[in-house]
Amino acid sequence: MPQLNSDGRRSVSFILNGKPVTAYAEPRMLLTDFLRQELGLTEIRVGCEHGVCGACTIRMDGLPARACLTFAVQADGHRIDTVASLADPEGTLNDLQLAFRRHHALQCGYCTPGILMSVTAFLEVNHNPNEEEVRDMLSGHLCRCTGYVGMVHAVLDVVKSRQKKVGSPASV
Amino acid sequence: MKPSAFEYIRPGSLAEALDCLKRHGEDARIIAGGLSLVPEMNFRLVQPKVLVDIADLKELDTVRLDADHIEVGATATQARLLAWPDLAKVSPLLALALPHVGHFQTRSRGTVCGSIANSDPSSELPLCLATLGGSVILRSKAASREVAAADFQLGLLQTARKPDELVVAVRFPIRQKGAGYSFHEMARRKGDLAICAVAAKVTERAVRLGVGGIADKPTVRDWNDLADSGLDDKLNELAWDLEASDDIHGTAVYRRQLVRRLGRRAILEARECRN
Repeated sequence: MPQLNSDGRRSVSFILNGKPVTAYAEPRMLLTDFLRQELGLTEIRVGCEHGVCGACTIRMDGLPARACLTFAVQADGHRIDTVASLADPEGTLNDLQLAFRRHHALQCGYCTPGILMSVTAFLEVNHNPNEEEVRDMLSGHLCRCTGYVGMVHAVLDVVKSRQKKVGSPASV
Repeated sequence: MKPSAFEYIRPGSLAEALDCLKRHGEDARIIAGGLSLVPEMNFRLVQPKVLVDIADLKELDTVRLDADHIEVGATATQARLLAWPDLAKVSPLLALALPHVGHFQTRSRGTVCGSIANSDPSSELPLCLATLGGSVILRSKAASREVAAADFQLGLLQTARKPDELVVAVRFPIRQKGAGYSFHEMARRKGDLAICAVAAKVTERAVRLGVGGIADKPTVRDWNDLADSGLDDKLNELAWDLEASDDIHGTAVYRRQLVRRLGRRAILEARECRN
């Protein structure tokens, strides 16, 4: 049974955006601080630090998770995905990111990485959400710039275009 | 807003977890999703010396239908229960209440048993468990016991769990034939903790109403052969009995009004849903 003293740093290994990483954390270190400070991931945004604002949302084993309510040591042995997993290796934005740009779904952009991770996970379990369901999902995030309207449009736009793709295999 | 230092233990089995609790007792806290515990730790409202992480214990990640109840294991998430096939048929109240529990992004890690064990008076799942008359299964290294919801939740964040015990499962009674159910709540924004939440179960002759968010634990009332004309009086009595107080989220007057209005709405709706 792994046990870690409170003052000792322990090696934490997980799969980050498809690649294995290892770094050190004492048990009380939050996953947000670990990802930003130990691994230098600036796409991790720290907002409220009590799970309300959603800025730090990442995917843990594919499921959305508040990184600020997760300890780094809990991530050991798991899979962590951040917003950097969405664009392809050359940096071309994916359809969701492009839709966010097209619909002005961000302004300052602080909340955007977390929201993109939520939407990505959400659309995997709900392929055809209506506006109400999209708004309900977005209620788990705080955005103080946009008023959410652009985001709702962007998500619904992506839903529509992904369905078209599925509907006509010849065009894929 | 960082937690104080603690030792971290990730047991590999339920037996190991119970060993840890026996060894560390009151110094230890159990973590699964951490959705309730970690905010408390970040604010330093709680400062456990030892954290026992059960999140990866697959043997407790269960949702099982038994003869008269649904048993949800300690590491089953709220999202898993919500996505469970036939939930609306087997437990209409849970199907109505679960979408109010946190958000899509928190239900994915927040556990059902964690909500019950944390026993926040504004939390929806303890209210459902109390209204349905469910129970909590507690296990220690030495013994296992089943405690009725009413005897489990003692007050604000206080339960009958002993320091060496783990909430291994909770049991929600399934839909009673001929009963209708309804759930309503008022919160500042959907997914926030309820200012007032009500859960109703109505059968041919009996009305049961559970109210959360006002007293220090869910309050359940039963009324038999209640005439429509008497409903408002009963709800008014209940609203005053809860001894609501003013706080940043609402006044006592507002809370009493919520009990009357939401209570009435839930009871009438549950009556409609009977079949």
